[in-house]
Amino acid sequence: MRRSMLFIPGNTPNLLMNGDVLGADSIILDLEDAVSPAEKDSARILVRNALKSLHYKGCEIIIRINPVETDYWTHDLDEIIPLKPNMIMPPKVSCAQDVKTVSEYIAKLEEKCGFEKNTVKLIPLIETAMGVENAFQIASADERVAALFLGGEDLTADLRCKRTKEGNEIFYARTRLVCAARACGVDVYDTPFTDVDDIDGLYTDAQFAKSLGFSGKASISPRHVEGINEVFSPTQAEIDYAHEVMETIRIAKEQGKGVVSLRGKMIDAPIVERARQVIEMEKAMFGGTEDDE
Amino acid sequence: MNMKITTSAVAGTLESSDVYVKVEPCDKLEIEIESVVYNQFAEEIKKSIMEVVEELGVDSGKISINDKGAIDCVIKARVETAIKRAGGEN
Repeated sequence: MRRSMLFIPGNTPNLLMNGDVLGADSIILDLEDAVSPAEKDSARILVRNALKSLHYKGCEIIIRINPVETDYWTHDLDEIIPLKPNMIMPPKVSCAQDVKTVSEYIAKLEEKCGFEKNTVKLIPLIETAMGVENAFQIASADERVAALFLGGEDLTADLRCKRTKEGNEIFYARTRLVCAARACGVDVYDTPFTDVDDIDGLYTDAQFAKSLGFSGKASISPRHVEGINEVFSPTQAEIDYAHEVMETIRIAKEQGKGVVSLRGKMIDAPIVERARQVIEMEKAMFGGTEDDE
Repeated sequence: MNMKITTSAVAGTLESSDVYVKVEPCDKLEIEIESVVYNQFAEEIKKSIMEVVEELGVDSGKISINDKGAIDCVIKARVETAIKRAGGEN
Protein backbone atom coordinates (compact mmCIF):
# COMPACT_ATOMS: atom_id res chain seq x y z
CA MET A 1 0.00 0.00 0.00
CA ARG A 2 1.41 3.33 -1.04
CA ARG A 3 -0.91 6.28 -0.41
CA SER A 4 1.54 8.91 0.81
CA MET A 5 5.15 9.48 -0.20
CA LEU A 6 7.08 11.94 1.98
CA PHE A 7 10.17 13.74 0.68
CA ILE A 8 13.06 13.88 3.13
CA PRO A 9 16.18 15.94 2.28
CA GLY A 10 19.12 13.58 1.94
CA ASN A 11 21.59 15.76 3.80
CA THR A 12 19.55 16.45 6.94
CA PRO A 13 20.33 13.91 9.71
CA ASN A 14 17.52 14.81 12.11
CA LEU A 15 14.88 14.22 9.41
CA LEU A 16 16.57 11.10 8.03
CA MET A 17 16.65 9.55 11.50
CA ASN A 18 12.91 9.97 11.97
CA GLY A 19 11.74 9.05 8.50
CA ASP A 20 9.71 6.05 9.58
CA VAL A 21 7.75 7.69 12.39
CA LEU A 22 6.09 10.39 10.31
CA GLY A 23 3.20 8.21 9.12
CA ALA A 24 4.03 8.06 5.42
CA ASP A 25 3.67 4.78 3.54
CA SER A 26 6.85 5.62 1.60
CA ILE A 27 9.68 8.01 2.22
CA ILE A 28 11.65 9.55 -0.61
CA LEU A 29 15.22 10.22 0.47
CA ASP A 30 16.18 13.06 -1.80
CA LEU A 31 19.62 13.42 -3.36
CA GLU A 32 18.43 15.86 -6.03
CA ASP A 33 16.73 19.22 -5.49
CA ALA A 34 17.02 19.23 -1.69
CA VAL A 35 20.81 18.94 -1.90
CA SER A 36 23.10 21.70 -3.19
CA PRO A 37 25.76 20.72 -5.76
CA ALA A 38 28.51 21.24 -3.18
CA GLU A 39 26.89 18.71 -0.84
CA LYS A 40 26.01 15.92 -3.29
CA ASP A 41 28.91 13.75 -2.07
CA SER A 42 27.98 14.31 1.56
CA ALA A 43 24.29 13.50 1.10
CA ARG A 44 25.05 10.37 -0.91
CA ILE A 45 27.29 8.98 1.85
CA LEU A 46 24.85 10.01 4.58
CA VAL A 47 21.87 8.35 2.87
CA ARG A 48 23.92 5.21 2.23
CA ASN A 49 24.87 5.03 5.91
CA ALA A 50 21.29 5.71 6.97
CA LEU A 51 20.08 2.80 4.83
CA LYS A 52 22.78 0.58 6.35
CA SER A 53 21.97 1.44 9.94
CA LEU A 54 18.36 2.56 10.22
CA HIS A 55 15.65 0.05 9.55
CA TYR A 56 12.71 2.26 8.55
CA LYS A 57 10.18 -0.28 9.77
CA GLY A 58 6.88 -0.43 7.92
CA CYS A 59 8.00 2.18 5.44
CA GLU A 60 8.91 1.79 1.79
CA ILE A 61 12.22 3.41 0.78
CA ILE A 62 12.48 5.41 -2.41
CA ILE A 63 15.66 7.27 -3.37
CA ARG A 64 15.42 10.26 -5.69
CA ILE A 65 18.71 10.26 -7.56
CA ASN A 66 20.08 13.07 -9.70
CA PRO A 67 19.02 13.42 -13.36
CA VAL A 68 20.70 11.37 -16.09
CA GLU A 69 22.09 14.50 -17.72
CA THR A 70 24.24 15.20 -14.62
CA ASP A 71 27.50 13.57 -13.52
CA TYR A 72 25.96 12.51 -10.21
CA TRP A 73 23.40 9.82 -10.95
CA THR A 74 25.79 6.88 -11.47
CA HIS A 75 27.61 7.76 -8.25
CA ASP A 76 24.25 7.88 -6.49
CA LEU A 77 23.34 4.41 -7.72
CA ASP A 78 26.81 3.00 -6.96
CA GLU A 79 26.34 3.89 -3.30
CA ILE A 80 22.64 3.17 -2.94
CA ILE A 81 21.82 0.02 -4.93
CA PRO A 82 23.92 -2.32 -2.72
CA LEU A 83 21.60 -1.32 0.14
CA LYS A 84 18.62 -2.62 -1.83
CA PRO A 85 16.14 0.28 -1.65
CA ASN A 86 12.59 -0.55 -2.78
CA MET A 87 12.57 2.00 -5.57
CA ILE A 88 14.68 4.52 -7.40
CA MET A 89 13.11 7.75 -8.57
CA PRO A 90 14.96 9.20 -11.55
CA PRO A 91 13.91 12.85 -12.00
CA LYS A 92 13.24 14.81 -15.19
CA VAL A 93 12.50 11.66 -17.16
CA SER A 94 11.50 12.80 -20.64
CA CYS A 95 11.58 9.68 -22.78
CA ALA A 96 11.77 5.88 -22.68
CA GLN A 97 15.54 5.99 -23.23
CA ASP A 98 16.03 7.82 -19.90
CA VAL A 99 14.32 4.91 -18.15
CA LYS A 100 16.32 2.30 -20.07
CA THR A 101 19.60 4.08 -19.30
CA VAL A 102 18.94 4.05 -15.56
CA SER A 103 17.52 0.52 -15.59
CA GLU A 104 20.52 -0.91 -17.45
CA TYR A 105 22.90 0.66 -14.96
CA ILE A 106 20.87 -0.70 -12.02
CA ALA A 107 20.85 -4.15 -13.66
CA LYS A 108 24.67 -4.20 -13.71
CA LEU A 109 24.81 -3.24 -10.04
CA GLU A 110 22.13 -5.80 -9.12
CA GLU A 111 24.16 -8.52 -10.83
CA LYS A 112 27.33 -7.40 -9.06
CA CYS A 113 25.52 -7.48 -5.70
CA GLY A 114 23.98 -10.89 -6.42
CA PHE A 115 20.42 -9.55 -6.35
CA GLU A 116 17.62 -11.05 -8.38
CA LYS A 117 16.96 -9.17 -11.61
CA ASN A 118 14.56 -6.21 -11.27
CA THR A 119 14.72 -6.28 -7.46
CA VAL A 120 14.87 -2.51 -7.36
CA LYS A 121 11.89 -0.86 -9.04
CA LEU A 122 11.64 2.50 -10.77
CA ILE A 123 9.22 5.35 -10.30
CA PRO A 124 10.11 7.87 -13.01
CA LEU A 125 9.45 11.49 -12.08
CA ILE A 126 7.79 13.20 -15.02
CA GLU A 127 8.18 16.95 -14.80
CA THR A 128 8.75 18.21 -18.32
CA ALA A 129 6.37 18.83 -21.22
CA MET A 130 8.26 16.19 -23.21
CA GLY A 131 7.91 13.72 -20.36
CA VAL A 132 4.16 14.26 -20.18
CA GLU A 133 3.80 13.71 -23.92
CA ASN A 134 5.90 10.53 -23.66
CA ALA A 135 4.20 9.23 -20.50
CA PHE A 136 2.97 5.97 -22.06
CA GLN A 137 6.37 5.18 -23.59
CA ILE A 138 8.02 5.91 -20.23
CA ALA A 139 5.58 3.73 -18.30
CA SER A 140 6.05 0.85 -20.73
CA ALA A 141 9.81 1.30 -21.29
CA ASP A 142 11.01 -1.32 -18.85
CA GLU A 143 9.74 -4.07 -16.54
CA ARG A 144 11.31 -2.22 -13.65
CA VAL A 145 8.82 0.66 -13.89
CA ALA A 146 6.27 0.23 -11.08
CA ALA A 147 4.72 3.67 -11.05
CA LEU A 148 4.77 7.17 -12.52
CA PHE A 149 5.07 10.32 -10.48
CA LEU A 150 4.04 13.79 -11.64
CA GLY A 151 6.20 16.75 -10.62
CA GLY A 152 4.09 19.90 -10.93
CA GLU A 153 6.65 22.54 -10.00
CA ASP A 154 9.27 21.87 -12.67
CA LEU A 155 6.54 21.08 -15.16
CA THR A 156 4.90 24.49 -14.84
CA ALA A 157 8.31 26.13 -15.23
CA ASP A 158 8.77 24.13 -18.43
CA LEU A 159 5.25 25.04 -19.57
CA ARG A 160 6.04 28.69 -18.81
CA CYS A 161 2.98 29.16 -16.67
CA LYS A 162 2.29 29.92 -13.04
CA ARG A 163 1.74 27.10 -10.56
CA THR A 164 -1.53 27.71 -8.76
CA LYS A 165 -3.38 26.02 -5.91
CA GLU A 166 -6.29 25.28 -8.25
CA GLY A 167 -3.94 23.38 -10.56
CA ASN A 168 -5.74 24.08 -13.84
CA GLU A 169 -2.33 24.41 -15.51
CA ILE A 170 -1.46 20.76 -14.73
CA PHE A 171 -4.88 19.25 -15.41
CA TYR A 172 -3.86 17.86 -18.79
CA ALA A 173 -0.63 16.41 -17.39
CA ARG A 174 -2.47 14.81 -14.50
CA THR A 175 -5.04 13.07 -16.67
CA ARG A 176 -2.47 12.08 -19.26
CA LEU A 177 -0.24 10.46 -16.64
CA VAL A 178 -3.15 8.61 -15.03
CA CYS A 179 -4.25 7.27 -18.38
CA ALA A 180 -0.72 6.25 -19.43
CA ALA A 181 0.02 4.56 -16.11
CA ARG A 182 -3.27 2.68 -15.98
CA ALA A 183 -2.87 1.58 -19.60
CA CYS A 184 0.44 0.01 -18.58
CA GLY A 185 -0.88 -1.46 -15.32
CA VAL A 186 1.31 0.64 -13.04
CA ASP A 187 0.49 3.03 -10.19
CA VAL A 188 0.52 6.80 -10.53
CA TYR A 189 1.29 9.48 -7.93
CA ASP A 190 0.35 13.12 -7.77
CA THR A 191 2.61 16.11 -7.23
CA PRO A 192 2.91 17.57 -3.69
CA PHE A 193 0.66 20.37 -2.50
CA THR A 194 3.28 22.94 -1.63
CA ASP A 195 1.47 25.27 0.79
CA VAL A 196 2.47 23.54 4.00
CA ASP A 197 0.11 25.58 6.19
CA ASP A 198 -3.03 25.18 4.04
CA ILE A 199 -4.47 21.91 5.29
CA ASP A 200 -7.93 22.55 3.77
CA GLY A 201 -6.24 23.21 0.42
CA LEU A 202 -4.35 19.94 0.78
CA TYR A 203 -7.58 17.98 1.27
CA THR A 204 -9.19 19.64 -1.75
CA ASP A 205 -6.14 18.97 -3.92
CA ALA A 206 -5.76 15.35 -2.75
CA GLN A 207 -9.47 14.60 -3.21
CA PHE A 208 -9.31 15.99 -6.73
CA ALA A 209 -6.23 13.88 -7.52
CA LYS A 210 -8.01 10.79 -6.18
CA SER A 211 -11.06 11.58 -8.31
CA LEU A 212 -8.83 11.59 -11.41
CA GLY A 213 -7.49 8.12 -10.63
CA PHE A 214 -4.20 8.76 -8.84
CA SER A 215 -3.05 5.99 -6.48
CA GLY A 216 -1.66 8.46 -3.95
CA LYS A 217 0.16 11.71 -3.51
CA ALA A 218 3.59 12.95 -2.49
CA SER A 219 4.24 15.48 0.24
CA ILE A 220 7.07 17.81 1.14
CA SER A 221 5.81 18.20 4.70
CA PRO A 222 5.05 15.64 7.43
CA ARG A 223 2.01 17.80 8.24
CA HIS A 224 0.34 16.68 5.00
CA VAL A 225 0.84 12.95 5.46
CA GLU A 226 -2.20 12.30 7.63
CA GLY A 227 -4.52 14.12 5.22
CA ILE A 228 -3.16 12.27 2.20
CA ASN A 229 -3.49 8.91 3.93
CA GLU A 230 -7.06 9.73 4.88
CA VAL A 231 -8.08 10.83 1.39
CA PHE A 232 -6.51 7.82 -0.33
CA SER A 233 -7.87 5.27 2.14
CA PRO A 234 -11.25 3.68 1.55
CA THR A 235 -14.01 4.90 3.87
CA GLN A 236 -15.75 2.47 6.23
CA ALA A 237 -18.84 2.65 3.99
CA GLU A 238 -16.71 1.68 0.97
CA ILE A 239 -15.16 -1.19 2.91
CA ASP A 240 -18.57 -2.44 4.08
CA TYR A 241 -19.94 -2.24 0.53
CA ALA A 242 -16.93 -4.11 -0.86
CA HIS A 243 -17.53 -6.96 1.59
CA GLU A 244 -21.21 -7.01 0.68
CA VAL A 245 -20.29 -7.26 -3.00
CA MET A 246 -17.93 -10.18 -2.40
CA GLU A 247 -20.44 -11.95 -0.18
CA THR A 248 -23.19 -11.48 -2.77
CA ILE A 249 -20.92 -12.89 -5.48
CA ARG A 250 -20.01 -15.86 -3.28
CA ILE A 251 -23.67 -16.68 -2.62
CA ALA A 252 -24.57 -16.25 -6.30
CA LYS A 253 -21.81 -18.69 -7.30
CA GLU A 254 -23.08 -21.25 -4.79
CA GLN A 255 -26.56 -20.90 -6.23
CA GLY A 256 -25.28 -21.07 -9.80
CA LYS A 257 -26.60 -17.63 -10.65
CA GLY A 258 -24.91 -15.80 -13.53
CA VAL A 259 -26.27 -12.33 -12.91
CA VAL A 260 -26.67 -10.80 -9.47
CA SER A 261 -27.61 -7.45 -8.06
CA LEU A 262 -27.00 -5.62 -4.80
CA ARG A 263 -29.08 -2.72 -3.53
CA GLY A 264 -30.93 -2.76 -6.84
CA LYS A 265 -27.78 -2.44 -8.95
CA MET A 266 -26.28 -5.17 -11.10
CA ILE A 267 -22.85 -6.33 -9.93
CA ASP A 268 -20.62 -6.50 -12.97
CA ALA A 269 -16.90 -7.17 -13.35
CA PRO A 270 -15.70 -3.57 -12.73
CA ILE A 271 -17.67 -3.42 -9.45
CA VAL A 272 -16.14 -6.71 -8.32
CA GLU A 273 -12.66 -5.50 -9.28
CA ARG A 274 -13.17 -2.27 -7.37
CA ALA A 275 -14.41 -4.26 -4.33
CA ARG A 276 -11.29 -6.43 -4.50
CA GLN A 277 -9.08 -3.32 -4.57
CA VAL A 278 -10.87 -1.84 -1.55
CA ILE A 279 -10.50 -5.09 0.40
CA GLU A 280 -6.81 -5.24 -0.51
CA MET A 281 -6.40 -1.73 0.86
CA GLU A 282 -8.30 -2.70 4.00
CA LYS A 283 -5.99 -5.67 4.51
CA ALA A 284 -2.93 -3.49 4.03
CA MET A 285 -4.26 -0.95 6.50
CA PHE A 286 -5.70 -3.16 9.22
CA GLY A 287 -4.97 -6.78 8.30
CA GLY A 288 -7.82 -8.63 6.62
CA THR A 289 -10.21 -11.49 7.00
CA GLU A 290 -9.75 -14.76 5.16
CA ASP A 291 -13.38 -14.99 4.02
CA ASP A 292 -12.74 -12.37 1.37
CA GLU A 293 -10.00 -14.35 -0.35
CA MET B 1 41.86 1.88 -0.02
CA ASN B 2 44.74 3.96 1.29
CA MET B 3 43.93 7.62 1.49
CA LYS B 4 46.29 10.47 2.28
CA ILE B 5 45.05 13.75 3.67
CA THR B 6 46.62 16.35 1.43
CA THR B 7 44.52 19.42 2.15
CA SER B 8 42.04 20.81 4.66
CA ALA B 9 38.37 19.99 4.25
CA VAL B 10 35.15 20.09 6.23
CA ALA B 11 31.84 18.22 6.21
CA GLY B 12 28.57 18.32 8.15
CA THR B 13 26.90 21.14 10.04
CA LEU B 14 26.42 22.43 13.57
CA GLU B 15 22.71 21.64 13.49
CA SER B 16 21.13 19.33 16.04
CA SER B 17 21.76 15.62 15.34
CA ASP B 18 24.62 16.49 12.98
CA VAL B 19 28.36 16.79 13.44
CA TYR B 20 30.86 19.23 11.96
CA VAL B 21 34.08 17.58 10.91
CA LYS B 22 37.34 19.29 9.96
CA VAL B 23 40.25 17.35 8.53
CA GLU B 24 43.76 18.76 8.07
CA PRO B 25 47.15 17.39 7.05
CA CYS B 26 49.34 16.43 10.02
CA ASP B 27 52.46 14.28 10.54
CA LYS B 28 50.62 11.91 12.85
CA LEU B 29 47.04 10.86 13.47
CA GLU B 30 45.27 13.22 15.85
CA ILE B 31 41.64 13.16 16.87
CA GLU B 32 39.95 16.02 18.69
CA ILE B 33 36.39 15.62 19.94
CA GLU B 34 33.97 18.25 21.16
CA SER B 35 30.50 16.96 21.86
CA VAL B 36 27.29 17.83 23.67
CA VAL B 37 27.37 14.26 24.96
CA TYR B 38 31.14 14.03 25.53
CA ASN B 39 30.94 12.60 29.04
CA GLN B 40 28.63 9.77 28.01
CA PHE B 41 29.82 8.94 24.50
CA ALA B 42 33.38 10.18 23.88
CA GLU B 43 34.74 6.65 23.56
CA GLU B 44 32.00 5.51 21.19
CA ILE B 45 32.50 8.60 19.04
CA LYS B 46 36.24 7.98 18.86
CA LYS B 47 35.59 4.34 17.97
CA SER B 48 33.28 5.41 15.11
CA ILE B 49 35.90 7.84 13.78
CA MET B 50 38.62 5.20 13.97
CA GLU B 51 36.52 2.68 12.07
CA VAL B 52 36.26 5.08 9.14
CA VAL B 53 39.93 6.08 9.38
CA GLU B 54 40.96 2.43 9.23
CA GLU B 55 38.54 1.58 6.44
CA LEU B 56 39.94 4.38 4.30
CA GLY B 57 43.54 3.52 5.21
CA VAL B 58 44.37 6.93 6.63
CA ASP B 59 47.48 6.90 8.84
CA SER B 60 48.03 10.60 9.45
CA GLY B 61 46.01 13.79 9.71
CA LYS B 62 44.18 15.85 12.27
CA ILE B 63 40.46 15.13 12.58
CA SER B 64 38.47 17.58 14.70
CA ILE B 65 34.79 17.09 15.30
CA ASN B 66 32.12 19.22 16.91
CA ASP B 67 29.25 16.85 17.62
CA LYS B 68 25.71 18.05 18.16
CA GLY B 69 24.27 14.70 19.18
CA ALA B 70 24.76 12.81 15.92
CA ILE B 71 24.16 9.07 15.83
CA ASP B 72 26.89 6.65 14.80
CA CYS B 73 25.98 6.42 11.10
CA VAL B 74 25.95 10.22 10.78
CA ILE B 75 29.35 10.61 12.45
CA LYS B 76 30.81 7.98 10.15
CA ALA B 77 29.26 9.59 7.06
CA ARG B 78 30.57 13.06 7.88
CA VAL B 79 34.08 11.80 8.73
CA GLU B 80 34.19 9.78 5.49
CA THR B 81 33.05 12.79 3.47
CA ALA B 82 35.59 15.12 5.05
CA ILE B 83 38.46 12.66 4.54
CA LYS B 84 37.48 12.03 0.90
CA ARG B 85 37.29 15.78 0.30
CA ALA B 86 40.69 16.27 1.91
CA GLY B 87 42.47 13.43 0.32
CA GLY B 88 43.74 11.54 -2.60
CA GLU B 89 44.54 7.87 -2.81
CA ASN B 90 47.94 7.00 -1.43
